[in-house]
Amino acid sequence: MLRNRRIESHPILHFQRGKEVTIFFEGTPIKAFEGESLAAALYASGIDVFRWTPKLGRPRGPFCMVGKCGSCMVEVNGVAVRSCITPVREGMNIRRLRGLPTLPKNLDRMIEKENSDNPFEEVKTDVLIVGGGPAGMAASEVLASNGMNVFLVDDQIRLGGQLIKQTHIFFGSQELFAGKRGFRIAEEYEAKLRSLKNLHILLQTTAIGVFKEGVLLLNKGKGLIIKPKYVVLSAGAFENYLLFENNDLPGVMGAGGAQTLMNLYGVLPGREVVVVGSGNVGLIITYQLLQAGAKVKAIVEAAPRIGGWFVHAAKVRRYGVPILLRHTVIAAEGKDRVRAAIISEVDERWEPVKGTEKRIECDTILLAVGLTPNTELVRQFGVKTVYVPELGGLVPVRNKYLETNIPNVFVAGDVAGVEEATTAFIEGWIAAYSILIKEKGPQSQYVKKRNEYIRMLDEYRSSPVSARVRSGLRHVEVGGS
Amino acid sequence: MDNPDASTDSEVKVTGVLNPDKLKELGYIPSKQRLLKGPVAIFECVEPIPCNVCVFSCPFKAVVMDKITDMPKVDFNKCTGCGLCVAQCPGQAIFIVDYSPKGETGVLTLQYDLTQPPDKGEEVILLDRKGEELGKGRVLKVYKHKRSEAFVVTIEVSKEFLMNARAIKVRR
Repeated sequence: MLRNRRIESHPILHFQRGKEVTIFFEGTPIKAFEGESLAAALYASGIDVFRWTPKLGRPRGPFCMVGKCGSCMVEVNGVAVRSCITPVREGMNIRRLRGLPTLPKNLDRMIEKENSDNPFEEVKTDVLIVGGGPAGMAASEVLASNGMNVFLVDDQIRLGGQLIKQTHIFFGSQELFAGKRGFRIAEEYEAKLRSLKNLHILLQTTAIGVFKEGVLLLNKGKGLIIKPKYVVLSAGAFENYLLFENNDLPGVMGAGGAQTLMNLYGVLPGREVVVVGSGNVGLIITYQLLQAGAKVKAIVEAAPRIGGWFVHAAKVRRYGVPILLRHTVIAAEGKDRVRAAIISEVDERWEPVKGTEKRIECDTILLAVGLTPNTELVRQFGVKTVYVPELGGLVPVRNKYLETNIPNVFVAGDVAGVEEATTAFIEGWIAAYSILIKEKGPQSQYVKKRNEYIRMLDEYRSSPVSARVRSGLRHVEVGGS
Repeated sequence: MDNPDASTDSEVKVTGVLNPDKLKELGYIPSKQRLLKGPVAIFECVEPIPCNVCVFSCPFKAVVMDKITDMPKVDFNKCTGCGLCVAQCPGQAIFIVDYSPKGETGVLTLQYDLTQPPDKGEEVILLDRKGEELGKGRVLKVYKHKRSEAFVVTIEVSKEFLMNARAIKVRR
């Protein structure tokens, strides 16, 4: 069962693995590296099945790799955890989860606290930013370097959101970041943030919910009530699923999940892959798989045309990857792991056409079929949301300064409508300058900067490739105070 | 204006493969005279995406755009074929072709980051826009660009492949 899935040679990335540690998978010692997630370490050792579902006992493996889906849940020293957002520690004892987990034994620590008068530490701050991807990082930088006290929280092990997994050279304006690779942009921006004294970065921290007393944060199991004057919600988006037979089989993974394994931890998601979806995400992950040494058997796309940019499609076509338009995946085959994808043509109504089924042998099916904004916290704040398919689902209504109907609550990045990293950065800056203007008055340097970024954003979105986003924004952007 | 097809060639969005005739239409092919003079950039950027990396990367101001969502306009008289745009193009959509050497072989420069780069003198397989093998070329020069961290590979190839070889396969 055990084999090594670690990538040893990569043209762009040099995986700096931490100190070697040993963890125990149902008694078997496994090599892992400090700084990596438990899911990555297990997957790297060839483990496909992480748990079995309670009712039907179906096997499950990693899917999203960012703590959103629960598919990779295992027991560590008797406590159920999402292994993709749990860092490895020397000597961990891991068991696959069979059915429902048992209550963690350390729960009594929190219950005890309930009896005291002041159960959680309370902190006042100027700004709370939830989500440390491009939008959250951008807002943090502007606010903290202009004298505001800022808490930036993120539930991941590392800062940077999706940016840290992007190995491609960025498009956009050279005045910003274009011409550099995504993960470098994240590295450089993080270094900038780490030098800001009044910015407090809390990783592995979940914003649990909004209460009368403030926003409850759970930082590595420790509660913290935060009372901000302003809030920027920049929690990003999560990957969409696709309905087909056996779509829960280990080896069916989100494209972003595969990126995490491959580009963050240097673990190959699969050797032979079928990618579903020809948007930019599907095209980019295909090229990245080729870089990591995998073979992409096909990209299947239900629409009659390629969804992403031509340049991304050209890059994979030059290496012979077929893009099968008007095709979809109708089933996955395999017992504990994908062995093949069954694809079929679709008709005008996107229904599979009987008799056109083809079997493609593969060990991995990656879904790149869109993203949905993470609006749970947005809605808890009382922010009005509307359903806009062009922007990925429920999205917050806001003005052009990115303030919502709840005064002092701002949104930025994919949570406000699925787009891409450059526009997320710009939205983060716009939200930050809007907060500075509210707090310190309309000082000309702030107003000037904000107008500059609004103009830049408009220009970015003026391309025909952004037509959908533009049409979606008409439903959510109101007024502007 | 909001029709995504309005200024996007629909054929390339079906095949993912560019027909070289399209390049001529878009003014991306220099005159025969210019081609014979020495190295020059061929842009295969056919969609108005928001990107202006080539404009900023050109030290000779040979590439211009009014807006970031314009397609690049190339002045082949200013272009020296230096390849700095090749090194930084996020779309790997720029190639330098050189028809000036006497004889059957010319010189092709492209961006490469699929595997570890080939060595100088190494033989590589030339691939066309569909990934089909055209023939072989010999690597004359390889360097890594600092900002983009991409490799720029210059290859000696038969002149008949200069307009069709658009990727290389490195045998390792």
